[in-house]
Amino acid sequence: MSEYNFAYLDEQTKRMIRRALLKAVAIPGYQVRFGSREMPLSYGWGTGGVQVTAAIIGPDDILKVIDQGADDTTNAVSIRKFFARTTGVRTTTRTERATLIQTRHRIPETPLRDGQIMVFQVPIPEPLRWLEPRESETRKMHALEEYGIMHVRLYEDITLHGRVATAYDYPVRVNGRYIMRPSPIPKFDNPKLDRSPALMLFGAGREKRIYAVPPWTPVKSLDFKDHPFTIERWAQACALCASRESFLDEVIVDDKGGRIFVCSDTDYCGRRQERAR
Amino acid sequence: MTSGPQPPTSTIEVPLLAVRGLTKRYGGRVGCLDVGFDLWPGEVLGVVGESGSGKTSVLQCLAGLLQATAGTAAFAQRDGAVVDILRLPEAARRRLARTDWAMVQQNPRDGLRMGVTAGANVGEPIMAVGARHYGRIRREALGWLRQVEIPEERVDDLPSTFSGGMQQRLQIARALVTRPRLVFMDEPTGGLDVSVQARLLDLLRRLVTDLGLSAVIVTHDLAVARLLAHRLLVMQGGEVIESGLTDRVLDDPQHPYTQLLVSSVLHP
Amino acid sequence: MNSAAAPAIRIRELAKAFTLHNQGGVTLPVLRRLSLRVDGGECVVLTDPSGSGKSTLLRAVYGNYKPQAGEILVRHGDRMVDVVSAEPRQILDVRRRSMGYVSQFLRVIPRVPALWVVAEPLRALGVAKSEALERARALLARLRIPERLWDLSPVTFSGGEQQRVNVARGFIAGHPILLLDEPTASLDAASRSIVVQLIREARENGAALLGSFHDTDVRELVSTRMVSLAEADQEAA
Repeated sequence: MSEYNFAYLDEQTKRMIRRALLKAVAIPGYQVRFGSREMPLSYGWGTGGVQVTAAIIGPDDILKVIDQGADDTTNAVSIRKFFARTTGVRTTTRTERATLIQTRHRIPETPLRDGQIMVFQVPIPEPLRWLEPRESETRKMHALEEYGIMHVRLYEDITLHGRVATAYDYPVRVNGRYIMRPSPIPKFDNPKLDRSPALMLFGAGREKRIYAVPPWTPVKSLDFKDHPFTIERWAQACALCASRESFLDEVIVDDKGGRIFVCSDTDYCGRRQERAR
Repeated sequence: MTSGPQPPTSTIEVPLLAVRGLTKRYGGRVGCLDVGFDLWPGEVLGVVGESGSGKTSVLQCLAGLLQATAGTAAFAQRDGAVVDILRLPEAARRRLARTDWAMVQQNPRDGLRMGVTAGANVGEPIMAVGARHYGRIRREALGWLRQVEIPEERVDDLPSTFSGGMQQRLQIARALVTRPRLVFMDEPTGGLDVSVQARLLDLLRRLVTDLGLSAVIVTHDLAVARLLAHRLLVMQGGEVIESGLTDRVLDDPQHPYTQLLVSSVLHP
Repeated sequence: MNSAAAPAIRIRELAKAFTLHNQGGVTLPVLRRLSLRVDGGECVVLTDPSGSGKSTLLRAVYGNYKPQAGEILVRHGDRMVDVVSAEPRQILDVRRRSMGYVSQFLRVIPRVPALWVVAEPLRALGVAKSEALERARALLARLRIPERLWDLSPVTFSGGEQQRVNVARGFIAGHPILLLDEPTASLDAASRSIVVQLIREARENGAALLGSFHDTDVRELVSTRMVSLAEADQEAA
């Protein structure tokens, strides 16, 4: 074991983060400011997610870390190793066995259950930032529910592309009140946020914000009545496990442009393949 | 005289806006002092004066851009209730600002979102109050572009590609789309070429009449005041030194300063 | 001929002076204690020479000039309104429904076609657009304005053409009170005679007219009573 405190952060910092998390859970979708610390990874690589996980992880937790749906990419591996080294907790690649899942850019295909916690890595927390650079203004707009410009964004998409072109980090309205960025998950995953039995926590390290969606909270993706929200669909099934329900990545396999489509969720795909054998 | 704006036709007995004792101080300096007037539905009030007269302070205090030092401004809401808009909490004031009144800035860039299309600029205020049907929002936006004489094919263009006059007309469309009852205008034709001004004034004149708008228009240009306003307040040094029917104030000025203003205007 | 008990215009002890603050504060009294009454069906013509205050009186009745003292009561519907003390929106309502004014020249708004200039008073009364334009056309035709000019702004018209548009605008709504300040000043004989007809028709419809005409022939043809300001003003010098 290392000379570091359990989960790297000192206990006071964990308390500070937990206080922020409690506030966030009490006001679903509302961005809580917190004293983001220097972590042993650069800004933009998940410092917010790591701090949230570090604040809540306990010795009995079973941790899963994914990046773009996969457990074995460089970032997922290094973050998992970081926690293994500073906490000694068990880790897993199996979604249903994890108590705590830190993720970058995907929600697992396997449905989450009561008692699980998802921690999302967030680059830009503020949904209104694209049109309003002033923090003082965006705070007022959230407080007064002045969300007209979010629909302006969708309007512009439909005008320029004939449909809402936002494919990931698609803005949602939480509990009918705050508008939130769900982090750069594909819009395919947005429905998984709606009334999920799991607790969803969002951490933005560089921007120093935490927000949360408590279990069973309604989460609705923004849309127009005549341009309703839709998710991505593929003509193909997964080349490895034949799933027609999961989010597929397109993989180039040779120099002639040959390509296959495979599940982005490696755990889900792997176990479907196991069951098929 | 006979070529001024159409007179207000309302028979409602409560003024739309009743201002009393409006004062704005900047430390020792006075922006405006003890300004009072009633504004009735369908009436256009011109506030004229030179730089430093206080006319802009009056407008900005009423529109909520500045905090007044003293005074009251009783506004009659659609439901009949009367509120002092100078004392409203910010949330309530911003809500009223979205539904009941509108502001047209001197520089259209201050009143538009330059980074989104013309259609989005006009659609935003109704999206902000709950419009959720893209097709209808777009139709509404196109209708307003027609009203302000912007060619429909410009609906998907960015305002930065518009001329100054067209930007100003776009700002007016954006201001009127929620059908406000009261419009504040700050030098609406300032900075525009003379020919462009004339066209804009015609438009404003027509819209005010057709929509039965009440308006408070700040201008240093007496010709604009004569064309658009039913009544005038003449301001000097922060105070109202004369007021009355527009043609009366301009054709028979009583106060020395008003006489000076009127006689200084060049007639080509 | 309408001679109702209440007059259409009743002016009582009107005082009007001009103080030119930027020219040494000199005060020019024009009307001192003027009283005058005009009934429906009358056309009262002011006979004084230029500069004696005829325009001043007409403008004061219209609410365009502000008297220092006195009353100007005008019939507005079933009430009398004192123009001197009325609120601006009341005066505008009186002008819209009850009192018209024809001055010597047209104040032109660029870009507004002559047809719309003439139709505007009807539109202000709520008359439907098609009917207002129809009546405007008829009146412009009667005043011999060529049809090709109807859709043009009067900005480029000759003085006489502009004045005829001005006259049309003044007469079109059939106001029960009409103030006429040298309405035939720039008109040729044929046009003058049409204006005379318009005046007589208004009179016959019960309107009360008060005006000044420098042309003595026109005066003879239209007036029912000649009044000199000097006599109506009890303190005239």
